[in-house]
Amino acid sequence: MRKRIAVLLTSLALSCALGAGPGATAVMAEETKNASSGNAELVVGLSQDLDNSLDPYQITAAGTREVLFNVFEGLVKPDTDGNFVDAVASEHSVSDDGITYTFTLRDGVKFHNGETVSADDVLYSFETCAATTTNTAVAGALSDIQDVTSSGNEITITLKEKNSSFLSTVSSVSIVPADYADQATAPVGTGPFRFESYSPQDKVVFVRNDDYYAGAPALSKVTCRIFEDANALYTSLDAGALDMALHMSLDQVNSLSNGYDVIEGEMNLVQALYLNNGKAPFDDERVRQALCYAIDIDSILELTEDGHGAKLGSSVYPSFTKYFDESLVGAYPYDPAKAAELLDEAGASGLSFTIKVPSNYTPHVDTASVIVEMLSAAGINASIQKVEWSTWLNDVYQGRDFEATVIGFDAAYLSADALLQRWVSTDSSNMINYSNKDYDAAIEKAQHATDDEEQVAAYKEAEKILSDTAANVYIQDLADFVVLNPKFTGYEFYPLYASDFSKIRPV
Amino acid sequence: MRQIIKKTASLIITLFIVSLLAFLAFQIIPGDPTTKILGTSASPEKVAALRTQLGLDRPVWERYIDWLVSFLKGDFGTSYNYMRPVRSLLADKLPVTVLLTVMSFAITAAAAIPLGIVLGSIRNALADHLTMILDQIIMAVPPFFFGIIACYLFGIVLKWFLPGGYVPLSASIPGCLSYLLLPALSLALPRIAMTVRMLRGSIRHELTQNYVLTAQSRGMPLRAILIRHVMRNAMIPVVTFLAVSAAEIMTGTIIIEQVFTIPGIGRLLVSSIGNRDFPVVQAIVVILAAWIMIVNFIADLLNHWMDPRMRSE
Repeated sequence: MRKRIAVLLTSLALSCALGAGPGATAVMAEETKNASSGNAELVVGLSQDLDNSLDPYQITAAGTREVLFNVFEGLVKPDTDGNFVDAVASEHSVSDDGITYTFTLRDGVKFHNGETVSADDVLYSFETCAATTTNTAVAGALSDIQDVTSSGNEITITLKEKNSSFLSTVSSVSIVPADYADQATAPVGTGPFRFESYSPQDKVVFVRNDDYYAGAPALSKVTCRIFEDANALYTSLDAGALDMALHMSLDQVNSLSNGYDVIEGEMNLVQALYLNNGKAPFDDERVRQALCYAIDIDSILELTEDGHGAKLGSSVYPSFTKYFDESLVGAYPYDPAKAAELLDEAGASGLSFTIKVPSNYTPHVDTASVIVEMLSAAGINASIQKVEWSTWLNDVYQGRDFEATVIGFDAAYLSADALLQRWVSTDSSNMINYSNKDYDAAIEKAQHATDDEEQVAAYKEAEKILSDTAANVYIQDLADFVVLNPKFTGYEFYPLYASDFSKIRPV
Repeated sequence: MRQIIKKTASLIITLFIVSLLAFLAFQIIPGDPTTKILGTSASPEKVAALRTQLGLDRPVWERYIDWLVSFLKGDFGTSYNYMRPVRSLLADKLPVTVLLTVMSFAITAAAAIPLGIVLGSIRNALADHLTMILDQIIMAVPPFFFGIIACYLFGIVLKWFLPGGYVPLSASIPGCLSYLLLPALSLALPRIAMTVRMLRGSIRHELTQNYVLTAQSRGMPLRAILIRHVMRNAMIPVVTFLAVSAAEIMTGTIIIEQVFTIPGIGRLLVSSIGNRDFPVVQAIVVILAAWIMIVNFIADLLNHWMDPRMRSE
């Protein structure tokens, strides 16, 4: 009996092992074949699930916008340098007074459903976007349109008043087929990739748009696998189950053992210790300035990312070269003595406050931890309260019930407005309750500037006000690492949240 | 028969209470689905509009009763976060979790019963001691830890499988089964250790009983005594325990699905709690509660069938 059981157990164990063997090899062989046999399929790991709606006007999460960049296009679209190039339009011109924009529709551009883009689709897109977009800044800019008309394949947009960043608004109006009702679940656009399928928490699949006007992309299929756990994504990447992963941390990149290429860029977001300007003690400018002096930005960069991030100074990040004001970077050198002096003056020595941080964003939690340590050395007693993302959105972002928080804001479209509009005193997303008449006036001036130079100057003035009044303690634009299987090449960073799969090709 | 009616009634009442508690928990925790959906583009007007659209502006009790009525009609509602019917979400994910549970349970039973019998009848004190220490260690390690070790060892070092490379059943049956093997094994290991310990103890206990001595004195070989008499009695508590294991394995998938990135209901549950996606959470909680109770019910029935003493009660 005993012997027979032993035999039974051994054979059981063997059959288990064999069961794992051939099956696993079969899977691996399949994946390898995909990557090497020339049909060029890319498997990307995403660290978060998509938005609940894939409708281009309803997208709110940067991570969703980033991948759907491949599906949707406006009349113009941003390039990697931050310029606007023609997309669905083949050419565009602006009248001398800056009021009238004329776009010529590109010949034979097709939607992913096979229909040709018509001027009616463009009119419909502008109308629908203005009526439904979740982006307040885009909605605001679109409400300044006098009218949109078409004649043949020419579309003319007349503005109520001049807006020199209007092209950025045009780029965020994705051209969609008129009266197509299923954008939320089966998006249809004109981009280089066609949406194929989405399975929540599992994957989203894009296939090559063979009719793309600029030539079909090199990759035939892009599968984005959804991980909601950074460690699981990393393990999968390191084991070779993924060809590409976005937004990796320095630690992850350093411990990668599979020989993949690492491409460094910037996240394009403004990470700061955001202070509730509407609430004591941070309603006192001197207290906010004291914090700026008490925090050593260089050490934070060193401690959190080995010095890979980029310093900010105000609410615009460096890759926005046109609007970034480098002189603000060093506005508050590290000076604990001055910090103590300012606190004394404000009657706030022995300051003590809580930083609420969303626990799912490790870089923000890390930065907050370093800040707490630094402040305690300066005699300021800060503590961290980690909250769930939903709670953060509810309490901090909407409820504005916080003293300080560390978070990063990105630009939803390529204009300084996307970063600066939110601090206008009446803006509904002004979570820090920033209220400064000069700032409001500067933004107003920028939005209605008659020429580009004047606009840039007005935005820079606004940035300087944020810095002078120490609205927040600006930390860094985090370093962004993209990891790519060496079988592929061509990844390029954009100055906004976008991952362009059409530029990637097999080596 | 009366027993069955009584059990069914208690099952329904318990499910009702569980669903009510899950619902109330959602009223207490901060945040609501609109915050996650609108994210940083939220404005008071948009939040209000979305709340109306989702029906969140109605009184709590009205919402609960509405949910209950449609649930009883078989309509699980629409997920706030994925904007699709909960039923279709579950149709994708429930089979994966059930398959994982079944595999893990099969492994547990297939490994634990023979092992328990061997260890129960072993007479070598040293071997018994050593195996029990090993058993104790395996019992103490949580499945997610086995999962992480397995991912590292078999995924990165040995490269036998691709972590995160889940293959859907529809794409390849052997591919899917082989991907699920390690998670199933991780879930099964502690359960195997527990079942073995129990069966071993149970057999040991039975072997000291008088009827064993009687049978031995009649000249019956030990093997025959084990099979014909001891096992029948020794298996009674073990069957109950295995049934409870089936329930715990299903709930254990919640964590192991995160570790192995398996798109089952466990991951759906965790993220839906984060998203405050009430219809999804409610449906999954009720399914899990029902599963636990049904399994316990089956365990009771099996006990009745195996143990004549219970029948006469």
